[in-house]
Amino acid sequence: MKRARPKDWLIAGAVLLLRRDRRPPRLKPGEREPVVPAGEPRPRAELLALFLLGAGTLCAVAFIAVYAIDRIPRQTQFLGLSLGLSLLFVAAALIVTAKRLVVTEEIEDEYPLDEHPDEQETVLAAVEDSASRLTRRRLFKLGLAGAGGALFAAFVTPVASLGPVLDMRRFYDTPWRRGKRLVDEHGRPYRADQIEEKTFYTAFAEGSDKEQLGSSLVVVRLPKDDLRLPPENSGFDADGIVAYSKICTHAGCAIALYRVPLFPPAEPKPALVCPCHYSTFDPSDGGSVTFGPAGRKLPMLPIYADSRGQLRARGNFDEPVGPSWWGVRMKRPT
Amino acid sequence: MRLRLGLLLALATVVFATSAPAAPPPVQQGKHLYGEYCVACHGANGSGITQAGNRIGAGPGRSQTQQPGVAPSLRGVGALAPDFYLRTGYMPLAHAGLQPRRSRVLFSDEQIRALIAYVASLGKGPPIPTPHPAHGNVSRGQALFTDHCAGCHQIVGEGGYVTDAVPPPLEDATATQIAEAVRIGPYVMPRFSPRQISNGDLDSIIAYVEYAKHPDDRGGWALGHLGPVPEGLVTWFIAAIVLIAVCVLIGKSLRDEAG
Repeated sequence: MKRARPKDWLIAGAVLLLRRDRRPPRLKPGEREPVVPAGEPRPRAELLALFLLGAGTLCAVAFIAVYAIDRIPRQTQFLGLSLGLSLLFVAAALIVTAKRLVVTEEIEDEYPLDEHPDEQETVLAAVEDSASRLTRRRLFKLGLAGAGGALFAAFVTPVASLGPVLDMRRFYDTPWRRGKRLVDEHGRPYRADQIEEKTFYTAFAEGSDKEQLGSSLVVVRLPKDDLRLPPENSGFDADGIVAYSKICTHAGCAIALYRVPLFPPAEPKPALVCPCHYSTFDPSDGGSVTFGPAGRKLPMLPIYADSRGQLRARGNFDEPVGPSWWGVRMKRPT
Repeated sequence: MRLRLGLLLALATVVFATSAPAAPPPVQQGKHLYGEYCVACHGANGSGITQAGNRIGAGPGRSQTQQPGVAPSLRGVGALAPDFYLRTGYMPLAHAGLQPRRSRVLFSDEQIRALIAYVASLGKGPPIPTPHPAHGNVSRGQALFTDHCAGCHQIVGEGGYVTDAVPPPLEDATATQIAEAVRIGPYVMPRFSPRQISNGDLDSIIAYVEYAKHPDDRGGWALGHLGPVPEGLVTWFIAAIVLIAVCVLIGKSLRDEAG
């Protein structure tokens, strides 16, 4: 018996919610006369409206689910579809309710205005009585609240993209440790003599997940005389080769543009540029922001060339990697 | 008699004078053209000028009429670079410091060949490449283009922006010019060595760029190949028209009911 209890509660709750109210609105002592004549119940229209509200709720929930699960192909289209259908269903439910369920009454006189408090009460009573056709009031209220709540939640969900709330560890976690080799996308280690000037290379931490935020690097070689690394970044370069996180500190796009002058006296200085919003970083002075919306410098990775000439990390980044969020400067990358 | 002799002499001089310049090899002609159009910035014998104060030119009179600019040395650039810069109209530049842009080619084909021969004679350098896009693979080319080029030039080569420079669209770039630009890295473009992009990969990239000049647009409407922004705008416009139509219909039916 004890084990069946939650089930009983559920069934009882469901019956309470779903059952029809058979009671004709009886006048209790002290109750007022109905303003709007009671209408005949229309169970089919009521069911339809309830069904539409339920479908709208489900679609709004589906929007949240699609938003939460990144692996869904064509995610954007599904986001639009779910939210659009949800709005359509709720709109249809409201239309059915307005046209078929709410008791309407044509009145000859104009509606009373605000300055007549008594008549205002009459209007309120009229609104209350208009629902006389409904037989499942509780369920109807629940359906409305569910649809409204789910839609509101769907509208609010994208706020989650503004930054991590619960799990910030992955923003500080990087695969870089002292001695970790820099490899290309096929896993081949980079040698210092392969890195040429006036071009750029994408490198990853050996044996790491390339999708991990802290794994990818952009590597360039600058003339050693042009390097003006600040004191805290001194010794981060391997004989003119500098390595920065490839993830822009603004919105987390990949830094895919390397602006490098063919003829330095007459052309713009070397710069790492993010194609999304044109945040521009100076590779010669530790990755400071020279243009664009990025709010902090590009994280720099200290590197060295080992005895075989292969590039290795000397340690971890000097700054947290990835797009900025409110806790960005709380810790050092690990 | 004397007059006739004089005439004959004059004629001989004219014949000699006109036949003489036609004879010199293109390097000589190129050197003349270089002196006329290029030396002010690129310096004597292609030595380059790296400081605005360092004026190279003839006498003081000349340096006053012709303001020398700063420009890189041309020694060792081979035939590849002048072929690229002259046939795209990148050079001559109006003044130093401008970004070279594709423009009307000012030299005749013969003059260009002479200039190329002269610049190539200044030092040992790479020859004009001969790519074979037919050997390339469009699909592999797209992957390579996405990795190395699309960041600036946009995925179908529409061109784009970096701070302080304009990556050009590639619709007018010929196969040879693409191969040359990849190896030179003109203006602020990175340079890609054969170790980074092999000649075979380059053929694939060129094959893809050739394809991207007339891509197979879904729905037949390119919308400037600018991606989701114009596509979204078009959707909004269509949605706005549909919504207005719905409003008009509702208004009409209401009016009909009332009337």
